[in-house]
Amino acid sequence: MENYDLVIVGGGPAGLAAAISARKEGIQSILVLERDDRLGGILNQCIHNGFGLHTFNEELTGPEYAGRFITQLLDEKIEYRLNTMVMDISHDRVVTAMNSRDGMFQIQAKAVVLAMGCRERSRGALNIPGYRPAGIYTAGCAQRLVNMEGQMPGKKVVILGSGDIGLIMARRMTLEGAKVEVVAELMPYSGGLKRNIVQCLDDFGIPLKLSHTVVNIEGKKRVEAVTIAEVGPDRKPVPGTEERYECDTLLLSCGLLPENELSKACGVELSRVTNGPVVNDSLETSVPGVFACGNVLHVHDLVDFVSMEAKNAGHYAAAFIKNGEETGERIIDMVCDGKVRYTVPQMIRPDDMEETLTVRFRVANVYKNASIVVKAAGKELVRRKKQIMAPGEMEQVVLKKADLASADRVDIGIEEA
Amino acid sequence: MEERHLTCINCPMGCALTVTLDNGEVVSVTGNTCKRGEIYGRKEVTNPTRIVTSTVAVDGGKDAVVAVKTASDIPKGKMFDIVNALKGVRVKSPVHIGDVIVKDVCGTGVDIIATRED
Amino acid sequence: MYDVIVIGAGAVGSATARELSRYSGKFLVLEAEEDVCSGTTKANSAIVHAGYDAVPGSKKALYNVRGSEMMEDLSKELDFAYKRIGSLVICRKDQDRSVLEKLLEQGKKNGVRDLRIIERDEIVSMEPNIDDDVVCALYAPTAAIVCPFGMCIAFAENAADNGVEFAFNSGVKQIKKADGHFVIETEKGVFEAKAVVNAAGVYSDVLHNQVSEKKLHITPRKGEYELFDRADGDFVHHTIFQLPSALGKGILVTPTVHGNLLLGPTAEDIENKEGTNTTADGLSQVEKMAALSVKNIPYRDVITSFAGLRAHEDGGDFIIGECEDCEGFFDAAGIESPGLSSAPAIGADLAQMVAEKLSLKKNESFNGTRKGILDPKKLSIEERNELIKKNPAYGQIICRCESVTAGEIIDAITRTLGAKSLDGIKRRTRAGMGRCQAGFCTPRQMDLLEKYAHLTPEEVTKSGGDSVLVFGKTK
Repeated sequence: MENYDLVIVGGGPAGLAAAISARKEGIQSILVLERDDRLGGILNQCIHNGFGLHTFNEELTGPEYAGRFITQLLDEKIEYRLNTMVMDISHDRVVTAMNSRDGMFQIQAKAVVLAMGCRERSRGALNIPGYRPAGIYTAGCAQRLVNMEGQMPGKKVVILGSGDIGLIMARRMTLEGAKVEVVAELMPYSGGLKRNIVQCLDDFGIPLKLSHTVVNIEGKKRVEAVTIAEVGPDRKPVPGTEERYECDTLLLSCGLLPENELSKACGVELSRVTNGPVVNDSLETSVPGVFACGNVLHVHDLVDFVSMEAKNAGHYAAAFIKNGEETGERIIDMVCDGKVRYTVPQMIRPDDMEETLTVRFRVANVYKNASIVVKAAGKELVRRKKQIMAPGEMEQVVLKKADLASADRVDIGIEEA
Repeated sequence: MEERHLTCINCPMGCALTVTLDNGEVVSVTGNTCKRGEIYGRKEVTNPTRIVTSTVAVDGGKDAVVAVKTASDIPKGKMFDIVNALKGVRVKSPVHIGDVIVKDVCGTGVDIIATRED
Repeated sequence: MYDVIVIGAGAVGSATARELSRYSGKFLVLEAEEDVCSGTTKANSAIVHAGYDAVPGSKKALYNVRGSEMMEDLSKELDFAYKRIGSLVICRKDQDRSVLEKLLEQGKKNGVRDLRIIERDEIVSMEPNIDDDVVCALYAPTAAIVCPFGMCIAFAENAADNGVEFAFNSGVKQIKKADGHFVIETEKGVFEAKAVVNAAGVYSDVLHNQVSEKKLHITPRKGEYELFDRADGDFVHHTIFQLPSALGKGILVTPTVHGNLLLGPTAEDIENKEGTNTTADGLSQVEKMAALSVKNIPYRDVITSFAGLRAHEDGGDFIIGECEDCEGFFDAAGIESPGLSSAPAIGADLAQMVAEKLSLKKNESFNGTRKGILDPKKLSIEERNELIKKNPAYGQIICRCESVTAGEIIDAITRTLGAKSLDGIKRRTRAGMGRCQAGFCTPRQMDLLEKYAHLTPEEVTKSGGDSVLVFGKTK
């Protein structure tokens, strides 16, 4: 059995930032375990620009953004192992991992940071009826084929879901000579950034059909046609609105799911809303010494926020390694009104928290000219009016320790005008 | 007088902008909620630009292709020309972030640079 | 000239081929698809029925009970996944308990062991998620679950290792009998044989009718299914059936040998023998009907849905044996449920019939054991490290959802009758069968197929033929 102070599961943007931050807090013994053949995670295939405006004040591509953190990690001489799959994390923080060089090995860690990221919702999870031919790809899988393998996965494409990766792939494949027929989105609004709708669809005359979904896939061997239909307010297809598109490819960009199979096996309590661990103000999960950050915790809209959150996770993991388990007894819940779907963290230790705490959350619908309102102990702590809030964008509020001293819960909600 | 209709890209509001032009000069921007919308509307009708990101073939690297981009904005109308100009370009590993892959692509004065190590 | 040509490399065709290889002779299996196990065998309930359903005296009853008895030993000899978990046929409070009693009697007549009717308390202790309205059930402890891919592939591999030839992408266009032997025209040329075994699934009527005046008619009966994440493998512990109806055994709820949860099938008679598409109506029917058996079904964990076609013959029974008006032509037609359970027994019987017909001698070098693809998950850490030291490919995970290593995939590609496509790899190793449905590992599996099956990227397919994955290089 090897020993490390801190083991970080995942070498994507979250794992990198957590490792660097823990090192800056004085933790010497750190090991990053990455399943791919390089650090940087999915950013390596996100070759479009638009990353890093908040962190670096400039627009970088995915690999460039990752590159900045990789350089820091190398400068800090933080250890990492590539092509290494973590197979298990025990409740007492024994990490079992495997690669071709070292075989299967175990590490006793003082603290663990979960930074495994997320996966895409598949065709099966969406339960789209029809045949099961080749040519149905998640947008991210197509992105890897195009941007890493240099292969064209399709020539005539229909896209279901207007998540950012789908929009980005619409442009990417168009520029490579494919014809993107249409983007269908189940919801009455797009989950993607306005900028991507304009620059990836409008620039190329690709129609976006809101409140539409795929109702049939034809083709026994390779996709031959896809039928989309309008959906009603119940999100069920409206008969008679079907439109058939001949195509060879269906790309799916229908949401991301935090990848928490390891967390579950470790005994970490998961949230039904985020599909990620339930954490407290130090991003610690229900298993002491196991922290979480990035898309494994909850799906982020911008990688900049992943980096910020992961930096905090590294900081708190370092504190845990140095001080051991926090002694605080009192835990209060963040209570969402439903218009706020969830918060991260979900719990706060008012006696042990730092002076300020950034709470990130998402809203359930599009709200215009509404206010974010936070209340605790009968007092309104935050009231902030926003011109617009949308489910696709993460929101945040900052809470002060001083305000929560006598609180037994914190209520967060949206008040519409 | 000519009217152009745009969607502002600065925030999720996605304001529907109407830009009125007279002989190519912007007369007014309406429909915006904030100042950023007006700036965007003016630029988008007079001098729309984009960053182009793409890949070129690489020999001897980890991947079949290396990621590249235009080092700065290029005129929107040149996007396809630039991607076409990258056809047949092959580079040899090692390639580092920032390496110039094509100088002055399509006479834009802008270089194509690598954005991924390979 | 072959002694015997078997048409169809599904469970029945492969089992027959393996049993034939106990004899000396020249044998060929013709398969229309690119791989074994590509038709009805790949999309069914994966159940080994105990044998109480079939009418006593029918071929279904005979072969089901016999096949079910053979299955456990076979799973050891041929190294495929099989688990005897038992089954329940449930009776709800608004239903007729006497139907269960009739099933019990029928089962006893068919020779099914240990059948008994149990009451709600016992059911709840066995299945905590059983629906509130279930009052009693027929419990069949001998019922089991099996990996249909594993079983079929094992039969075929073992047959091939014992000298049987296989020709893929070789759909039969026409069979004629001339000068006392058969001339079989396929997409890949003409073959001749002294005897033919027709195990062509939903097409077995077409082939039969080319040589016989005693016409068969097979209706593809579609069954749609939903498959759930392995996280739900212990949602139920037995195969839970509903009271049978005219169209079959209704919607079942079962764990699979790999720990997934499976719901289905519907039963819809269709025209199209290739109509394996799922439908919105079918899938919603699966969910509606399954809810009559169990409660709290974790629908958010559905990872895929699929449809299979059962070959239903108008007579309602299996048609096994030599064709009355065409000597040397042996049918295994109308193989619908319990076809998978019956396949080993049908194969053994047919091979014996053919061998007798042709007076084939014993194959002295027949070796009936076969080693499947190694599953490193079953090894200790020490054993695993030994393995990785010898072959580092076993240390490299390709499919993260199912923890499948490059070593297993390379074995699947390079062994006897190896995988040539993503689906071929999936059926042999489970790579890509997990919750991300190959979203992450498709490019990595393509790399392995390129390297070990010697394909270009444009030649790599999902399931052979035109099911290409990419159309060439970018730019």
